[in-house]
Amino acid sequence: MGLRLCDYSAMHDHDHDHHEDHSELDDTELRVRALQTVLTQKGYIDPAALDLLIDTYQTRIGPRNGARVVARAWSDTAFFDWLVSDATAAISSMGYTGRQGEHMVAVPNTDQVHNMVVCTLCSCYPWPVLGLPPVWYKSAPYRSRVVRDPRGVLADFGVSLPPGKDIRLWDSTAEVRYLVIPQRPAGTGHMDQEQLAGLVTRDSMIGTGLARLPAAAP
Amino acid sequence: MTYESHADLGGRLGFGSVVPEPEGELFHARWEPMVLALTLAMGATRSWNIDMSRSARETLPEYLQMSYYQIWLAALEKLMAERGQVLPDEVDAGRMLHPPVPLARVLAAADVPAALAQGSPTLRPEVAAPQFSVGQRVRTQARPVPHHTRLPGYARGRCGVIERLHGCHVFADPHAQGLGENPEHLYTVVFSGEELWGADAAAGTRVSVDA
Repeated sequence: MGLRLCDYSAMHDHDHDHHEDHSELDDTELRVRALQTVLTQKGYIDPAALDLLIDTYQTRIGPRNGARVVARAWSDTAFFDWLVSDATAAISSMGYTGRQGEHMVAVPNTDQVHNMVVCTLCSCYPWPVLGLPPVWYKSAPYRSRVVRDPRGVLADFGVSLPPGKDIRLWDSTAEVRYLVIPQRPAGTGHMDQEQLAGLVTRDSMIGTGLARLPAAAP
Repeated sequence: MTYESHADLGGRLGFGSVVPEPEGELFHARWEPMVLALTLAMGATRSWNIDMSRSARETLPEYLQMSYYQIWLAALEKLMAERGQVLPDEVDAGRMLHPPVPLARVLAAADVPAALAQGSPTLRPEVAAPQFSVGQRVRTQARPVPHHTRLPGYARGRCGVIERLHGCHVFADPHAQGLGENPEHLYTVVFSGEELWGADAAAGTRVSVDA
């Protein structure tokens, strides 16, 4: 390939001058365009399908789906029980199915246990409920460290758990995808599901964050 | 030929701290959405399976120096070149130089929603009763294997407890090598931090893998 872009260390160096990368970024962009042209000329792809795929993950499938699942579980005990016992069926009943979420397991945080999800081998992530994974989820620092030093990783996210709380890591090494059900914040008894969903962040459903407190909600 | 995965990162030291990013940030270069789309569209042609694409990615020699969408791009080029579908000289030239090869399927725009909604389930009919039950202590295979596998190095040769049974699933090891699905029972196996990391382990930490 002969291409070098931002490596991990460069991406994590806040003093890095991003302007230095522009010519190499353009090299990759030219290569991607070339590939797109060749694939179209060969009839391997439908250009309209590409646009639709991009649009789907930019506008339709993202962490707001998962937030609605969590908010419903917080509000509806029967749904919570269904979600914990058969997440694939419970989530599918809300219309979130398919690619990278074919087999779902939902793991609830409690006063005793905080759950965190990782894929140390690649980037497995529950797309139908969370969309595309963030860069850090796919990157070497998170994948290497969270299984060994989860509290250190939580500190990178500004999260500190009570000292006695157990931490459970779920390494997504097969085709099962995990969704963390964060704990419902106190003082939210009056909120409806839509308001509650606003408290559920993407990171809280991976386990690198907690649900927002009501006062901090947007 | 030896098989070397550069992607088995669990427990390795020295990669530094994690840099969080806001929820709305999906792409970091203009070409990234197109790499996503090309990868999904070519995956839908059924020219390879997901385990073959994982194997193609993890064996890229420069895996650790690349961003994730660069990894996807390089693996896509590799998979297509191996099958004679697109050769490197064509990407260099930016145009078709060799005739197309027949594909099992081309993903039409009209079929995108159904294809994404369906995904590629890996659950298969049960071929035999499960060998293990919940609560049983098991030891994972200690020997490294000379091909794609989904047992991380840090969990090799370790004692854990069967926590969940997931039924029979496609077995990634043969599937990645084009040897068939060979479904086997899939289990969640949970390990104590001490079992994995010894004295380094943070108290109250447990890690599970699906094996």
